[in-house]
Amino acid sequence: MSGGTAVAFAIGLPLFGTILILLNDRYPNIREGITITTSICLALVVFGLVPEVTSGGRPGFVLAEIVPGLPIAFKVEPLGMLFAMVASGLWVVTSIYAIGYMRSHHEVQQTRFYACFAIAISSAMGICFAGNMLTLFIFYEVLTISTYPLVTHSESKDAVKAGRTYLGILIGTSIAFLLLAIIWTWFLTGTLDFTPGGILKGKADGPILGILLFLYMYGIGKAALMPMHRWLPAAMVAPTPVSALLHAVAVVKAGVFTVLKVIVYIFGIDTLAGIGQDDWLMYIAAFTVIAASCVALTKDNLKARLAYSTVSQLSYIILGAALANSLGIIGGGMHIAMHAFGKITLFFCAGAILVASHKTEISEMDGLGRVMPFTFIFFLIGSLSVIGLPPLGGSWSKWYLMLSAAEAGQIIFMFVFMLSSLLNIAYLMPLVARGFFAEAKDNAKILKETHSEKVNFWNGIRIGNIREAPPFCIFAMAITSTGCILLFFYADKIYRLLAPVAGIQG
Amino acid sequence: MTEHLPALQVVIPLLCAPICMLVRYRDWSWVVALFGSWASLAIAWVLLQQVIATGTISYHMGNWAPPLGIEYRIDLVNAFVLLIVSAIAAVVTPYARESLRTEFGSNRIYMFYTAYMLCLCGLLGVTITGDAFNLFVFLEISSLSSYVLIAMGNDRRALTAAYQYLVLGTIGATFIVIGIGLLYAETGTLNMVDLAKRLADQPLSRTIGAAFGFLVVGISLKLALFPLHLWLPNAYTYAPSVVSAFLAATATKVAVYVLLRFLFTVFDVELSFGFMPLDTILFVLAVIAMFAASAVAIFQTNLKRMLAYSSVAQIGYMILGISFANVNGLAAGVLHLFNHALIKGGMFLALGCIFYRLATVNINDMAGMGRRMPWTMAAFVVGGLGLIGVPLTVGFISKWYLVLGALERDWWLAAALVLISSLLAVVYVWRVVEVAYLKPIPENATKIEDAPPAMLIPTWLLIGASIYYGINTELTVGVAKQAAQQLLGVS
Repeated sequence: MSGGTAVAFAIGLPLFGTILILLNDRYPNIREGITITTSICLALVVFGLVPEVTSGGRPGFVLAEIVPGLPIAFKVEPLGMLFAMVASGLWVVTSIYAIGYMRSHHEVQQTRFYACFAIAISSAMGICFAGNMLTLFIFYEVLTISTYPLVTHSESKDAVKAGRTYLGILIGTSIAFLLLAIIWTWFLTGTLDFTPGGILKGKADGPILGILLFLYMYGIGKAALMPMHRWLPAAMVAPTPVSALLHAVAVVKAGVFTVLKVIVYIFGIDTLAGIGQDDWLMYIAAFTVIAASCVALTKDNLKARLAYSTVSQLSYIILGAALANSLGIIGGGMHIAMHAFGKITLFFCAGAILVASHKTEISEMDGLGRVMPFTFIFFLIGSLSVIGLPPLGGSWSKWYLMLSAAEAGQIIFMFVFMLSSLLNIAYLMPLVARGFFAEAKDNAKILKETHSEKVNFWNGIRIGNIREAPPFCIFAMAITSTGCILLFFYADKIYRLLAPVAGIQG
Repeated sequence: MTEHLPALQVVIPLLCAPICMLVRYRDWSWVVALFGSWASLAIAWVLLQQVIATGTISYHMGNWAPPLGIEYRIDLVNAFVLLIVSAIAAVVTPYARESLRTEFGSNRIYMFYTAYMLCLCGLLGVTITGDAFNLFVFLEISSLSSYVLIAMGNDRRALTAAYQYLVLGTIGATFIVIGIGLLYAETGTLNMVDLAKRLADQPLSRTIGAAFGFLVVGISLKLALFPLHLWLPNAYTYAPSVVSAFLAATATKVAVYVLLRFLFTVFDVELSFGFMPLDTILFVLAVIAMFAASAVAIFQTNLKRMLAYSSVAQIGYMILGISFANVNGLAAGVLHLFNHALIKGGMFLALGCIFYRLATVNINDMAGMGRRMPWTMAAFVVGGLGLIGVPLTVGFISKWYLVLGALERDWWLAAALVLISSLLAVVYVWRVVEVAYLKPIPENATKIEDAPPAMLIPTWLLIGASIYYGINTELTVGVAKQAAQQLLGVS
């Protein structure tokens, strides 16, 4: 399969899967089988592209010309390759997890869930492989709209409210700021192609570039830069697999990925560093890193705490991009992958706890680790990766980000990263500690609560006093936490993949 | 034969009207109307191709040479508008048969088709003619027949709505005829090309200024420019669904075309925007329309009325594009004529489908409609995305050029306003989405099927076109850009 065809397949396969999923509305087993098969095929197609891209190939194709001179075009480059690998790989795992979760939680409208999920993945692929800013924008909007039914999945009042925040912020920022920035760029330069070195160089003077940077950064609402972060905590009403999609697989990653793309290929890191208009961005990102971590500390609801943690972690990547040097770009790009694996593990665990013990608040989880040991061990691994301790993947991206701050001569941001790591420990570790070491206020009650239902293959595991989530969930969590560990040892592969983007000769 | 196509464009619907009256039997009169609208579409298509291939067509009615005789003059601008009007008619007519079954007494249905054909004839006539007075005559034909069409709504308030429209429409028409009269007094000609030539040779006089003022105000009333839009919401709300769809997609568009014709062809840009500060006036009114009308739309419970206010806002976008007076802005205006016709026509047809089953289009009755009439609601939502301007819909293309036009003019604020105002559309569209998809079906609801194919297919034709032309813009953008260049006299 030639590169261009593979790209078309990567975008088309999930859409084809969507149709099959809709057609098999009445046969859940076939429907889920299709989801898994499609996701595996997609992952194979995406990973098949890697050798070509690593060896310097940039496969792509042109779909249609929307505006004269401005086509819907696709071109694979390393950053997009990395994001596509993360998204397609994690779709497989999330699909496996979703089977366990959705069935044991007796969710409604599962066909709609799987269908919208597949459309969201297709648009994520479109974002990964977009060859110009317009194409990226189109798929960015499709992603927002296709995830709306997922966020409002339960159709409750809270879900509708969350849906409003979600759509309001994401559509609002993207139309009012991002689209304006895109058209303005087109007006200034006559092109929107992602070009190494950027397209804005010499096309406008400093202040205008500063305004454009502002419009881009706040237009990309998915990157959740404060104060545009509200949608992310709001969206936690969605089922856990959706949270995984939002926080790890596609949505927020699409946001920070777009930030990186804009800074690398629209502005160009040299241009950005040269004009000195991005100081405000560094400080806002650093503020978001710290502030969101502090808010996370105050949250007792596990998913809310994780949501604020994501807000904080996303700004690592924005900060890396704003530092505008090679190491920052590499660190930022790497953090997309590292954080994805860490955070998806944590969300899977939160979902597993909900399914098996119906608990959402951290203060209720005393002693739960002894009832759900697997889940809590996976949670520990995910936490350590997010905190950034070796031998887990998260340590490398933090390493490069800190190096980048040092290279830029911004020592203050090194402290920001360190302080944030400490805060990470403070808001993630208590759960593990409570789970394993705290004495449950009423141990018998936990056992009674968690052991009251009949357990079968679809809704859980029970061995002695252990009451775990369904096997599908456990399996998925095992994969992602293994991924966290493996990434530590394979980080150099990511480094080499990203080196050309950052202008380092591999 | 082909050289008489311009005449046939108007004559066929004109002849179909009395035939509808004569055959009386409702299905037969429907067939006649179907023939009339489809033939119009075919002719409009051929004319557009001819204009693209060979340039402006000038047809002398009855072989009387202009400027004394009536000239039908077709350039890219009106060829495009002819296509819009006749295409909408061709899609709406098949829909009408089923829709009118529930909305209109069956023994008088031939009267509906008679008025409908007259209205189509009037709109096409306004568009095709190159003679100012002839334009007024056709404008009156279309207006009078649309008063009748609106009054045919089965709600009694349709009568007051039609009456309100009659009063305001007549004032508008009077203004237009006064303007044309003043121009005739000053120049001694009624042919538009001739008028333009003679006006250019003459020094600006108070008479010409007054004529300009009368014309602009009169036309603005017909096109429902804020604050002269007061007739529109009631008229669209209480008219039969078919009529709302047809008029929303065509009548105001034709009026916008007339404005373009007078501002750029008869008077020239220098006069319209240099001597008269019309760009500022239009800009301010358009922006107010975009925001105020959208904001009012958010609070409507009757969905037809909501769409009507949305129309006022969307007309604001067209006028905004015109006020930029540059190629991109004008192209955006012309483009939005077409794009908005598709979107709004499709959405009104979708509401017609809902009315057909529920006999109401109140938002409170929409709970669970996403599941009760999935295809209809899906059409409505896709149309709504177009109103918002989501990429891959035609609305996005319009916004793109509108913003480009603003940037070209260095009106940064205008560019931002265009985009911010579309967020109001998000609110009023999503209000419906939430009710239709996220509220449970009421327990006492009767089981209903989706609308019949005879209504769904036309609806989806327009909605599908609003996607198709959002992706393949070769025809629309190409024609709109060239039309804008023609109007501005640049190439």
